[in-house]
Amino acid sequence: MSERVRGAMGKSSRRKWHFAGEASGLEIRDLTVTYETEAASLDTVRNVSLDIAPGEIYGLVGESGSGKTTLARAVVRYLPGNGRIKGGTVRLDGVDLLELTKAEVRRVWGSDITMVHQDPNTSVNPSMPVGEQIAEMARVHLRLPKPEARRKAIEMLTKVRMSDPATVARRYAHQLSGGQLQRVLIAIALTTNPRLLIMDEPTTALDVTTEAVILDLVRDLLSEYQTAVLYITHNLGVVARLCHRVGVIYAGEMMEQGPIRGVFKEMLHPYTLGLLGSVPRVDVDKRDIVLNTIPGYIPQPDNLPVGCIFAPRCRGVEEACRTARPPLVAADGEAGHLTACRRWQALRREPEEFTTTQQKKDFVEPTTGDVVLEAVKVKKYFPVSGVGLLDLLRGRRPVVRAVDDISVRVRKSFTMGIVGESGCGKTTLARCIAGLEKATSGEILLEETKLPSTIAKRPADLLKKIQMVFQNPDASLNPHHTVGASVARPLALLRHLSKAQIQERVEELFQAVNLPRDYIARLPHELSGGEKQRVAIARAFATDPALMICDEPISSLDVSVQASLMNLLAELQDTKGTSYLFISHDLAAVRHLSDWIAVIYLGRLWEIGSALDVFTPPQHPYTEALLSALPIPDPDARQNRIRLHGNVPSAVHIPSGCRFHPRCPRKIGEICEKEEPPWQEHRRGHRICCHIPVEELIEKQKVGGR
Amino acid sequence: MTIYLLRRIGFILLTLFLASIIIFAATQALPGDVAQVMLGQFATEEAVANLREELGLNRPAYVQYFDWLGRFITGDWGNSMVSRQPVRPLVVARIRNSAMLAMMALLFYVPFGILFGVIAALNREKPLDQIISGFSMAFVGLPEFVTGLLLISAFAFALAVLPANSSIAPNTSFREAFPSLILPAVTVSLTSLGYVTRMTRASTIDVLNTDYVRAADLKGLPRVQVLTRHVLRNSLLPTVTVVAMGIGYLIGGLIITEAVYGYPGLGRLLVYGIQRRDVTLIQACSMIVVTVYSLSNLIADILYSILNPRIRYR
Repeated sequence: MSERVRGAMGKSSRRKWHFAGEASGLEIRDLTVTYETEAASLDTVRNVSLDIAPGEIYGLVGESGSGKTTLARAVVRYLPGNGRIKGGTVRLDGVDLLELTKAEVRRVWGSDITMVHQDPNTSVNPSMPVGEQIAEMARVHLRLPKPEARRKAIEMLTKVRMSDPATVARRYAHQLSGGQLQRVLIAIALTTNPRLLIMDEPTTALDVTTEAVILDLVRDLLSEYQTAVLYITHNLGVVARLCHRVGVIYAGEMMEQGPIRGVFKEMLHPYTLGLLGSVPRVDVDKRDIVLNTIPGYIPQPDNLPVGCIFAPRCRGVEEACRTARPPLVAADGEAGHLTACRRWQALRREPEEFTTTQQKKDFVEPTTGDVVLEAVKVKKYFPVSGVGLLDLLRGRRPVVRAVDDISVRVRKSFTMGIVGESGCGKTTLARCIAGLEKATSGEILLEETKLPSTIAKRPADLLKKIQMVFQNPDASLNPHHTVGASVARPLALLRHLSKAQIQERVEELFQAVNLPRDYIARLPHELSGGEKQRVAIARAFATDPALMICDEPISSLDVSVQASLMNLLAELQDTKGTSYLFISHDLAAVRHLSDWIAVIYLGRLWEIGSALDVFTPPQHPYTEALLSALPIPDPDARQNRIRLHGNVPSAVHIPSGCRFHPRCPRKIGEICEKEEPPWQEHRRGHRICCHIPVEELIEKQKVGGR
Repeated sequence: MTIYLLRRIGFILLTLFLASIIIFAATQALPGDVAQVMLGQFATEEAVANLREELGLNRPAYVQYFDWLGRFITGDWGNSMVSRQPVRPLVVARIRNSAMLAMMALLFYVPFGILFGVIAALNREKPLDQIISGFSMAFVGLPEFVTGLLLISAFAFALAVLPANSSIAPNTSFREAFPSLILPAVTVSLTSLGYVTRMTRASTIDVLNTDYVRAADLKGLPRVQVLTRHVLRNSLLPTVTVVAMGIGYLIGGLIITEAVYGYPGLGRLLVYGIQRRDVTLIQACSMIVVTVYSLSNLIADILYSILNPRIRYR
């Protein structure tokens, strides 16, 4: 269906308006969107203009609160009840979408404009087979009778490279993985060959390996379509991999816009520069650089600065920046490169003036130092819930082998990074070490003392030596206590300090995590996400722990906030000599902060070594695939295209031989299915668990080699 | 699915077995001696002893229990301790009456409850929603004897279109009983309608706010199709449970409504039995009520699993 089918559907005869014969794409001019609240009208998106040509993928990047989702919802006329389009025009192939009546808009939805949403797990109707959800698009918009619509659904599933499409079509949402569901949603969105496709963070909820597969699919698939694509994301790496042009939106206004290479290689706005500088890179780490941070906060729509809206956070601000709002102007050089910075020429000449990225001093060799934590052969099996009566009678108790024989060692003032896809067992391992979960077997030693298995059995002086920072600060801080009280709690419980001493110590801790003193008396809801996480870090440091376990501590935050927290963690480690166990699915963050990295898949360790060794060949094929999937914010980045297909097998029915063999892109043969792979020592404690000899891995993993 | 059903049925049998023990124990614990009650205050000791022997009351309790259970399962529900007549025909006739009333009530309040609930959800926080929510709250709160008396004075006396007394003769056909059923059914419905409305409203609002309904909207499906295929299918799940659980109440729990209209239902028979310490009658009625509760739960579970593919048949 590469030909446009609209004429054949006879729609135009019933419409008062017509899409132009010649497709001209999406054209947004001076769009302003307002939310009416009890207090005020908030102009959340202001005077945004952008064009997307047919067949072009336009990336709209911004942090949370930048108005990117509001913009998308305004374009499709699907704003919440208190939202209103205050001004501007939105034209799609010549038709002004803002002029259409409600009923007309509904006819445009699904046929001319389609959308793919963020969370595939909640965007698919749970009580209808997925094939039917594609087929109804074909029935309603393409007017196909039932059997043909069903065939169309299977055709679309084939198109999104679903294996066994006919079977999948009969499945329900709960029977499919997130990656499969996102394919279904893409299939739905492309069924009618729309003029405009809006994708709102379509891969954010997915694992990095799944994300890579979906991004490949989207890029390859869209090259066949003449659809204009608005791709919304906060991830600069995804934009660099996928998009033709990019717009950077900040607090509801466009800051910079241009072709992908122009914006990434020669950014002309300090905000773009700041964002790119905040993203950790895989070629340097905490010992080489301090990440760039953007101080301050995104301004609220009812409290905007008079001049440039980025001025209060800009390093290169001048007096003139604060007096008048600079317009979006065309810079010379590459065509269509626009910037809202009046100092763009200065920025191009001396970008250093605009960032805080700094080179750091020399570092210690990461193989020395006392061992702080040693986990030996830790196993954690969970019983499967809802075991059938028959299984019980037969004496079979299926178990989830969440952690299955993992040993790691963390040295003093080092960071051990643990990476793996979701469900690989990394969090369970951390919880066993922290004593929140009773390990099924294995030993955990802290400074050569064997730790009792659970927190309840650990005495106070052991408890204070291991502290934890969790992923979601909203859930880990008591909303009814002031944040100061939360930080004071471990001091009173574990260190038995007097009131005055506690007060003094809390102040010190707040200073150490760069929070102003008056924050001590605030409640969690008065703080931003990044600030709350700083409080959680202060609380963890309150007892001067020897080991701090950070379980995805930055994953729910914006990139610039992530950068400042990573800098803070690195700085605190430098001054206090604390060891970290840093768990994350974000490879770049792990690479930045870790001295050593352990790679986990299905409850087992597959590769361990210094951060540099793990990130350069030879690598375990799983590590290689993770790294190859990582979206790097550089359109010229050269990465081998190693992709993992299929879903992570369940930890109940673990594959025989090498557990990774069903998905391994470098499987060598029967040996992988039958025998457990051996550990091979590469160098300096860099070890890989694989049947392929190290020398062969080096050869295979050269860039460009296959 | 078959295994699931077998398991569920086995579970119901277990429930009924446990319930029968409790019912039997409870009737044993009723104050007063049955033989004494039957013969009256002035009976001689001898006469009471003879009757006790005749009724088998001197045997150990567990023997009596298994004797009763065995007879009950085989269809011999025993003779009334008061009238000495078999209780089964009486109870069966009342079950039939209660079922007729229950069906009428369900036909009233289920469609209207769902309709009002959906309308309220679609007009959330608007005047229509507030009116519906207000009324449904009021009817849930009003006792049945109040609504019953109001309806009687309106339709039986003022308008004189329906009978005030619904004491139908045994084995009256549904068609003949129909006019007598309307007022009691409406009375019952007014209370239950509120529950169904509020449950439907709440779950429909939840579903309307889901990502998949937003996605269905943006697929450009006609609004009606979004509602029927994507919203209701999911939002009626809790309503199904509420309705099915209500069936047990409709069969055995309509004591007040039946009293107001003089309707010969199972609930009133049970009260009658308790007042006269008619142990056999109490046991038979209670067992029937428990059975109906269990079966309506089974129906709810089956319907739920058909409507909800996420339920695995374990």
